[in-house]
Amino acid sequence: MHTIELKKINKEYAMGDVVVRALKNVSLTIGQGEFIAVMGTSGSGKSTLMNILGCLDLAGGGDYFIEGVHVNKMSKKKLADIRNEKIGFVFQGFNLLARTTAIENVELPLFYERGRSGGNIRDKALAALKQVGLGNRLHHEPNQLSGGQQQRVAIARALVNSPSIIFADEPTGNLDSQTTVEILSLFQELNDRGITIVLVTHEQDVSLYAKRIIEMRDGEIIKDEKVLERKNAFEELALSGSGKTRLTLMSAAGGKF
Amino acid sequence: MGSYKLINLAFKSITRNKMRSLLTMLGIIIGVASVISLVSIGNGAKADVEKQVASLGTNLIIIHTSRSKTGGVRGGSESLDTLDLNDYKLLKEKATAISGISPVIKEQCQVIASATNWNTSIYGVSPDYLSVCNFSVESGEFFTQRDVKAMSKVAVVGKTVVDELFADQNPIGKKIRIRNVPFRIIGVLAEKGQSGMGTDQDDVILAPSTTVLYRLGNGKTVRTIMASAVTPEKMTDARTQITTILRASHRLSAGQENDFRIRDQTEINNMATGVTGTLTVLLSAIAGVSLLVGGIGVMNIMLVSVTERTREIGIRMAVGARGIDILLQFLVEAVILSLIGGIVGVVTGLGLAFLMGNILGTSVVMTGSVIIYTTLFTGAVGVFFGFYPARKAANLNPIDALKYE
Repeated sequence: MHTIELKKINKEYAMGDVVVRALKNVSLTIGQGEFIAVMGTSGSGKSTLMNILGCLDLAGGGDYFIEGVHVNKMSKKKLADIRNEKIGFVFQGFNLLARTTAIENVELPLFYERGRSGGNIRDKALAALKQVGLGNRLHHEPNQLSGGQQQRVAIARALVNSPSIIFADEPTGNLDSQTTVEILSLFQELNDRGITIVLVTHEQDVSLYAKRIIEMRDGEIIKDEKVLERKNAFEELALSGSGKTRLTLMSAAGGKF
Repeated sequence: MGSYKLINLAFKSITRNKMRSLLTMLGIIIGVASVISLVSIGNGAKADVEKQVASLGTNLIIIHTSRSKTGGVRGGSESLDTLDLNDYKLLKEKATAISGISPVIKEQCQVIASATNWNTSIYGVSPDYLSVCNFSVESGEFFTQRDVKAMSKVAVVGKTVVDELFADQNPIGKKIRIRNVPFRIIGVLAEKGQSGMGTDQDDVILAPSTTVLYRLGNGKTVRTIMASAVTPEKMTDARTQITTILRASHRLSAGQENDFRIRDQTEINNMATGVTGTLTVLLSAIAGVSLLVGGIGVMNIMLVSVTERTREIGIRMAVGARGIDILLQFLVEAVILSLIGGIVGVVTGLGLAFLMGNILGTSVVMTGSVIIYTTLFTGAVGVFFGFYPARKAANLNPIDALKYE
C-alpha cells in the first residue's frame, strides 16, 4: 500500500471567462518514508497539486488515495478529520495564530482530535516543541520569535498529531540560508524517523535535500527522478559548528519517530 | 473541542477587542435595561392601582338602582327608585354567599360644628359597612345595630372632616348639625387616603342608615347597597343569589330586564389595571425593539470578526477543524457577548427602575421570572444573530481562507 496514490488527477479553475487547467491527468505514487521535492515555476500547478494532496482542495477528476483511503468524494467533515489525523502542514508564511503562545499554537491540532488518542494535550505539545529545539520558548508569541523559530513552531504543530505525511509549501521561502539549512535538517531528521515528506520549492538548492525530485510544468509532471547526490543538512551544520538542532531532536524524540 | 476551551477562546477574543466588545454589548445593555426597568415600573404602577382598588373593600359587590326610562325619556344612572331598605333586609337574610352587607344612603350636606362648617358626604350605613368597605375606627366606637333600629343621631367622622371642623380638638362627644339635625360624634375613622379615582375617602361622615334615610333623605330610596362575598371564589355565586332574590322581590317576570345593576371589585380592578397593563405592554414592546437592534449590532460585529479572522479560520481548518468546530467557536462568542450584555443590562435596569421609582414615588415590582426570561432571551438573541456569521465562517473553503489577505 502506498502512502499516496494519485490516478489521473485533473483540476480546472475558471478565471473569468478563461478556464485554466491547473492539473492535467497527474498520476503519482509516493511510498512510505519518501522525501519528495516538488519543483516548478509559478503557475506550473505545484501549489494546486499540494492543496489537493493536503486535502485542502478537492480534485476535479481522478482518484486520490491516502494510505488506501479514497479521498476525493469525501465529505468536508471527513476531509477535516484526514487533515487532523494523517497530515501535517508547514507553510511559507508560517501561519501561526497571532497573539497566541508557541505552546498554544502547537496544541491547536489536538483540540480538533476526534477519537482522542489519550495523553495530556500540554505534554504532547511540550514534547513536540522540545523536538524542534524550542523547549525554552514555550510562552513566546509569534511576534517575539525569529522567522526560523516561528517555522519550527509550525513544524512542531505539524508533527504533534503524529501524522504519516508532512506537506511543506515553500517552508524556507522566507528564511535566510543558515536558517534554511536548520529547517531542512529538521525535515531530514523527521524523514529519517519514517515520516513521509512532500516539500514544494522553486529553489534548486533546497530540492537537493530531498530523496526524489518531481518537476512540473503547465499542470503536468515533466520530470521524476531520484536525487543522486543528496545533501545532508546535519553535516553542513556540524561543519559550520552548529549541531544543536540535531542533538535536541535526538534526545527529545525518545525513539518515538 | 471541549466546551471549556470554547468558552475560554470566546473570552479571549472578546477581551482582545475590549472597546469594540463593549460598544457591541452596549446595544444589548440598553435594550435589556429598558425592558427590565419599564416592566418593573409598569408592574409597580399596576400593583399601586390594585392596592387602591383593594382598599375600596373586600370582595366588594355593589348593587345600584337602574336607569329610569319613562315614555322614552331616559334618566341618568341610579335614577330609578327601585331599591329600598326592604331589599337590603331580604338580601341580609337570604343571600348565603355574602358575609356582610350595608345599604349606602348618600346625602351631600353642609355640616355645622360650633364655630365653623364644611360641605361633605353623609353616608347612611349599617355596622357591616366597616368590614365591607375596609374602614376601621381609630378612636371612639362605631354605632351598632341597635343604633340603626333606634334611629340614633350618632355619627362617626373621617379624618378630613375632623381636620376641617375641629382642628386640634378631640371631636368625640361633640355635637354637629346636619340639616338642622343634631348628631353626636362617637368615633373617628382611621385614615384611608385617596381612592383609585382620586376622591378623598376620609372626607366622609357615617351615620346609621335609618337616621340618614328618614331624617335627611326622602325616607324611601336606597340608591346603593354594598355587600362583600364570603370569598373571592364565591363572588359569582353571590351575584347570582342577589339577582335571584332581588328579581323575586321586585316581581320581575322572566322577560323583563333587571331594574338594578351589580358591579363587583374584579370589574373595577380590571378596568383600573387595564390601562396600566396596556401601557406596560406597549413600553415593553418598544424596549424589545431596542433589544433587537442590539442583536443586530452583535451580528454586525461578528461578521466583521469573521472577515478579520479568515486566516485564523483557514489555519484551524488546515489542522483539522471541522465546519461545526468553527461554527461553535463563533456562536459561543456571540452568545457570551450578548449574555454578558444581558447580565449587565439586568443589573443596570434594576438600578434604573429603583432610581425612577424613588424619584416618581411609585412602586417598583421586580419578578424573578422577568429577569430569567430576559436573560434567556438575550442568550437566544446571541444564537439568532450569531448564527449567520458563524455559518459563514464554517462554510469557508480552507484554501481560500488560508490565502485570504
